[in-house]
Amino acid sequence: MRYSGFRVIKEALTGHKGWRPAWREPEPQSHYDIVIIGGGGHGLATAYYLAKEFSQHKIAVIEKGWIGGGNVGRNTTIIRSNYLLDGNEPFYEFSLKLWEGLEQDFNYNAMVSQRGILNLIHSDAQRDAFTRRGNAMILNGADAEMLSVEQIKARYPFLNTDDARFPIKGGLAQHRGGTVRHDAVAWGYARGADSRGVDIIQNCEVTGFRIENGKCLGVETTKGFIGANKVGCAVAGSSSRLMSKADMRLPIESHVLQAFVSEGLKPVLPGVITFGAGHFYCSQSDKGGLVFGGDIDGYNSYAQRGNLPVVEDVCEGGMAILPMLGRARVLRMWGGIMDMSMDGSPIIDRTHIDGLYFNGGWCYGGFKATPASGYCFAHLLARDTPHPTATAYRFNRFETGHMIDEKGMGNQPNLH
Amino acid sequence: MIIEHPLLGPRDSAEFTYLGDASLIDRPDWQAETATRDFYEYAYLRDNPAGWHRELWFHEAGDRSWLVVTRNTLTHEIKSVEMARDVARAQGRSK
Repeated sequence: MRYSGFRVIKEALTGHKGWRPAWREPEPQSHYDIVIIGGGGHGLATAYYLAKEFSQHKIAVIEKGWIGGGNVGRNTTIIRSNYLLDGNEPFYEFSLKLWEGLEQDFNYNAMVSQRGILNLIHSDAQRDAFTRRGNAMILNGADAEMLSVEQIKARYPFLNTDDARFPIKGGLAQHRGGTVRHDAVAWGYARGADSRGVDIIQNCEVTGFRIENGKCLGVETTKGFIGANKVGCAVAGSSSRLMSKADMRLPIESHVLQAFVSEGLKPVLPGVITFGAGHFYCSQSDKGGLVFGGDIDGYNSYAQRGNLPVVEDVCEGGMAILPMLGRARVLRMWGGIMDMSMDGSPIIDRTHIDGLYFNGGWCYGGFKATPASGYCFAHLLARDTPHPTATAYRFNRFETGHMIDEKGMGNQPNLH
Repeated sequence: MIIEHPLLGPRDSAEFTYLGDASLIDRPDWQAETATRDFYEYAYLRDNPAGWHRELWFHEAGDRSWLVVTRNTLTHEIKSVEMARDVARAQGRSK
């Protein structure tokens, strides 16, 4: 069933009796060509592009809970492609281009809103760094513009530009960045994949891999064994737990990242703003809540909830640039589990086990990457070669010294 | 989180900085035949368990001692706290 304005009017006139569930609830078959573990944004996008762009058949997505119940439903919904390094920027720009055409592509309203993102500058050194970053973005086909304090004041009069400690000296803007309705991304990909024959199997946990003679033959699940020619893992947050079942140790630590939303307010914040001196970012959802967050808590955690010191730190950062934030009440706060990799960049690669593929290590930047991650993982699964924009995301880069370390922090995951 | 410092008693975790898995104490032998591989695994690979985890915390805003904290990554419950130097010496390290 195609969704359209005409369809809405027709259903309104006929008592809304024609709507059908957006995806089926099939029982697993005994064997698939490709099994994707993880029914989050990345897993569902992978299945969607496998079916649509790479003409693959007999695909299943296995999800231990319900689809979209993990990080794709727990993030702060920001999309952007403002990276510096060659290994990253072409990939994230590819992702942003996919976002721009996504709703027409999968015929679902994901509320992609290119309201712009602004990274604030507070020092001369930061201006140099952001100028360089902006140039790197432009070289890779993305958009970037350096804004003066006057331009920022005109657009965001409520920002505290004259803070004694961290005065705002300018900003790097990416006008094509913005926000997306995160749940709708999972639902849109799920519907698009299902309509092309992908089996989405929920409430089915993978308990192990069946590996014989160095080849993965399928997965053991709570609904029995499911055979597969190829198995792709896309379970960011739980990557180490899953891959330990294949006796793999990953260059990843799991950390908790908190996010916050205020009570609903009238439109006040026209875009995404990030604080350059601390770690704080904020946007306003279409329901009116100010959505904001900051640093990860900084210790290994699978708890999906954080602690108070980071709450205090995030709110201090917010008050430093957005004093009006102090008048709003925090409505909800929550935590999600991040795959923090050893260089702050992701992995989309084959493993040393034949037929077993891995996608993870997204740190806290996985949401914006969803379309490209799915597309590139599908490319790898279908053709056994990396997509041109994802050639750097290999496991062995830590062994060979080809890290993609945007912040230059080294192998300290809680600093990326 | 409250960390029961062996010398100072209960301290707020905000006084500490976190390094990571306590296996970082076990620095490989640089003269071993397998040193290249050993150091790669030491520097980059982690068990990252869901459950009990032995990890290094540095009391930066306190007495600047290193601690080995055994903490549950699913609940944030802390089971035991040891001085890292005691752990290292028990494993045969000189300091």
